[in-house]
Amino acid sequence: MRQQLDYLKETPSQTAGPYVHIGLAPGAAGFDIYGQELGWDIAGPNAKGERIRIEGTVIDGMGSPIKDVLLEAWQANADGIYAHREHPGDVEEGFRGWGRIITDFETGEWAFETIKPGRVTGADGKVMAPHITLWIVARGINVGLHTRLYFEDETDANATDPVINLIEWERRRKTLLARRTERDGKTIYRFDVKLQGEDETVFFDI
Amino acid sequence: MKPGPFYQRDRQWQPPALTPDYKTSVSRSPQYSMISLETTVSETTGPVFGQNDLDPLDKDLLSNYAKPGESPIGERIILHGRVLDENARPVPNTLVEIWQANAGGRYRHKKDTYLAPIDPNFGGCGRALTDEDGYYYFRTVKPGAYPWRNWVNNWRPAHIHMSIFGTAFAQRLITQCYFEGDPLIARCPIVNTIPDPDAVEQLIARLDLNATIPLDTIAYKFDIVLRGRRSTLFENRPEGN
Repeated sequence: MRQQLDYLKETPSQTAGPYVHIGLAPGAAGFDIYGQELGWDIAGPNAKGERIRIEGTVIDGMGSPIKDVLLEAWQANADGIYAHREHPGDVEEGFRGWGRIITDFETGEWAFETIKPGRVTGADGKVMAPHITLWIVARGINVGLHTRLYFEDETDANATDPVINLIEWERRRKTLLARRTERDGKTIYRFDVKLQGEDETVFFDI
Repeated sequence: MKPGPFYQRDRQWQPPALTPDYKTSVSRSPQYSMISLETTVSETTGPVFGQNDLDPLDKDLLSNYAKPGESPIGERIILHGRVLDENARPVPNTLVEIWQANAGGRYRHKKDTYLAPIDPNFGGCGRALTDEDGYYYFRTVKPGAYPWRNWVNNWRPAHIHMSIFGTAFAQRLITQCYFEGDPLIARCPIVNTIPDPDAVEQLIARLDLNATIPLDTIAYKFDIVLRGRRSTLFENRPEGN
């Protein structure tokens, strides 16, 4: 008998299209259907840590904000623990660490509120700087794009982060840093994702 | 054996970012190479969902937006299948979300202005968790084809959008399910972003007469495969450490 490798192939990806909100955020599409939409409370009310707001845009190659983009965020809690059985440690009751982010359809601006994640220790023992993983889908994006948001003010942690250090070019590393500002006593981080051009954001093939 | 990193995504099988026949991809495709990242704990973990997050009615698009005693217009179908990984193992308790146009090809979305009418009894979205064997099912109407602005005269084949989570953020996937026998499939610039004809076949649901409900609802079968992962057989020391 000839030996066979009987692996399956991953289902091919297709664009989320312009009406992704119907499936993932029907309220934004303009109708109320589910008892509870998923993804609108990333950290939950019991999460410890610094409450922050993150604002941004996703900009296309023409320099325009993408108004029909949808992002998903995945993050650890303030102690650097993911709400997942494979990551040892406990998270606060109600902390899921996952959220959905949609834009203002007129401006393309998006924002979400969460807590700042802590440093995460990987299975290999390496410590990563605080970061939020972002997954970006939209009309015209054939396979969802993975990137990471790091925090500009975590200078020391960022300097030793094993993922940032995979990026050879200093200038490109900066595309992953969210800029800290304050407004009305609240901490705001600004993160603009650029799909093309000189300051194209770093995307990961994970 | 411990679960390890995920198998590399096959970028020859998946559509590339830049596919000029699908015009919107031209200004939305990154131009620099992606940075290759062996999955870390941030990608081998992902959100977990439970029955408390859903209502059993969520998977029945024939009734989840219909007025009492009414139903949407269109061909009644069951869409069912399994979520597996590349090792052919079922992926249980994972969230599958779907959305689609109605039987006339119109979406219930404030940005869709196609002249086919909204169906008052059809919302067009559903969600379900797979069972312990990775099995899922929905009941809905078969969506209609519709025109879209790409070239002057492009028509989307009938399709249902699907979003699947798996157990890890590395497996996150959005795709579209097409229907066997549709002549628009081969002519669609979005389908044709996929270079390999065998990969396109993986997106075409098969008529499944055995799963129909006689005199009631016809059925299509659509299995979904998420990325698989290595097992850690030996502890190793990565190069450079």
